[in-house]
Amino acid sequence: MAAQVFRSSDPNPNLRFLEEVSARTAGVSRLEMCIQCGTCGGSCPSSVDMDHTPRMLFALIRAGLREAALSSNTPWYCVSCYHCVVRCPQDVHIADVMYTLKSMAIQEKLYKEATAPDFSQTFVDMVETYGRSYEFGLATRHYLKHFPLRMPSMAPMGLGMLSKKRMDITPTRIEGMDQLKAILTRAKELEVV
Amino acid sequence: MKKYIFYPGCAMDTSAKAYNESMQAVLAPLGLDFEEVHDWNCCGATEYLGISTVPAYALISRNLALAARQTNGDRTVVASCSACYLNLAKADYYMAERPSLGELVNVALAEGGLDYTPGTLEIRHLLDIIINEVGLDAVKERVTHPLKGLRVAPYLGCMVPRPDYKKRWSDYEYPNELDRLLKALGAEVIDFPLKTHCCGGHMTQISPTTAFELIRRLISSADHHKADVMVTVCPMCQLNLDAYQNETNQYFHTNYKMPILFFTQLIGLAFGIEAKKLGLGRELVSAREALSRIGVEVPQEEPEVKPRRKKPTGLPMPKMPVNEEKTL
Repeated sequence: MAAQVFRSSDPNPNLRFLEEVSARTAGVSRLEMCIQCGTCGGSCPSSVDMDHTPRMLFALIRAGLREAALSSNTPWYCVSCYHCVVRCPQDVHIADVMYTLKSMAIQEKLYKEATAPDFSQTFVDMVETYGRSYEFGLATRHYLKHFPLRMPSMAPMGLGMLSKKRMDITPTRIEGMDQLKAILTRAKELEVV
Repeated sequence: MKKYIFYPGCAMDTSAKAYNESMQAVLAPLGLDFEEVHDWNCCGATEYLGISTVPAYALISRNLALAARQTNGDRTVVASCSACYLNLAKADYYMAERPSLGELVNVALAEGGLDYTPGTLEIRHLLDIIINEVGLDAVKERVTHPLKGLRVAPYLGCMVPRPDYKKRWSDYEYPNELDRLLKALGAEVIDFPLKTHCCGGHMTQISPTTAFELIRRLISSADHHKADVMVTVCPMCQLNLDAYQNETNQYFHTNYKMPILFFTQLIGLAFGIEAKKLGLGRELVSAREALSRIGVEVPQEEPEVKPRRKKPTGLPMPKMPVNEEKTL
């Protein structure tokens, strides 16, 4: 499985970061092909909240500015709408590059705001425990930790969801939980470093 | 009866129960027979991919492996949720595009006695099946109660038409499939400019103000075009636009009351199926008034549980204007 583990042969250390991000992205990222046209940022519905537009972020990556790129809030504001992806003249898998940058930022603890990484982690914890998502547990844990002040304004919605039977208080567990755990444990060992 | 393997995804049993109920009600009239993927697991939504790669793809692929075992003749898996549809399609596509990913995922799957060869299955969305396999002519034949006089905003969201690996849709940004289906049901379909714009996805949980703005854009546009209801094909879109509409109204001091329904609910109504069997009444923003225009009575809502009010003896609070739309 050594083929997947990232090893750079490039003598230029600045280029290694670009290579690493690309290698860790599922599919063929084509990140190297970016021509800095800015179509991505112009198409992005949440770019106003981003530290860098996707184009700027890709420029940071190509400049080898690892810390600046991984601490940017940009990937965390990506809503996975794929507008940039279908408009990119170079077919860069932009949304998937954003996923890669999130996972690298978590691994190196470079994210600035914990809300989004915590939400993802809590969601994943539920899935790894039950095999299904568990909205009630997820919402309770997440809101208590990150939006305690928002809870009063959320209460009518939560009660509405419960009274309309749109949220289960107890989680559902799949039958093959042992099988899923075995698969995920092995998958984690195989994860690209 | 056309047989398909069906991947429901977590929301169909909970927040999108109305989607599930209405889909089940229209399957037989549409000549569809769905067999659920046995013991399917969550697809990881957009969360697992942001944490890891091989585990995220292994999680998705367990479903593909289970579904591939079940295929008896038909190799098509139908998903009703846009995020599930994209994740399944993406895993299948990327494992073929980059065989090393497929190999790693298969090493992991082997621990659970499973395997999956990329390309074995076709992954398709429910709307795609209804449009392209059932066909609009067959749909029209079944319409007994045309939705005459109901103005609908067809809202497709992002993950069905994009990235569209297999080029199944008429356009990435302005596809007409949902419009055509709703027209076949007799509804008055508005030319909705934001039909594939984002509902905010998980931003309602992470950066609420970002999400509220995306929700506001969609609802105000539908309202501007005088839509009676917005129609979605995705549990996440429905949840964001319906359940967070109230908070969005509070944030912008607006007063939108746009009902958000699933396309299967409208199919059911046009087929003359009673409202109760279609999960109507589960929406938080009531569709009662909108649907009364076409003579449909939304089942009596269950008694509303109101949060306890504060005693009126506290300090007086300034009143905020609620009916004025904030000018930005």
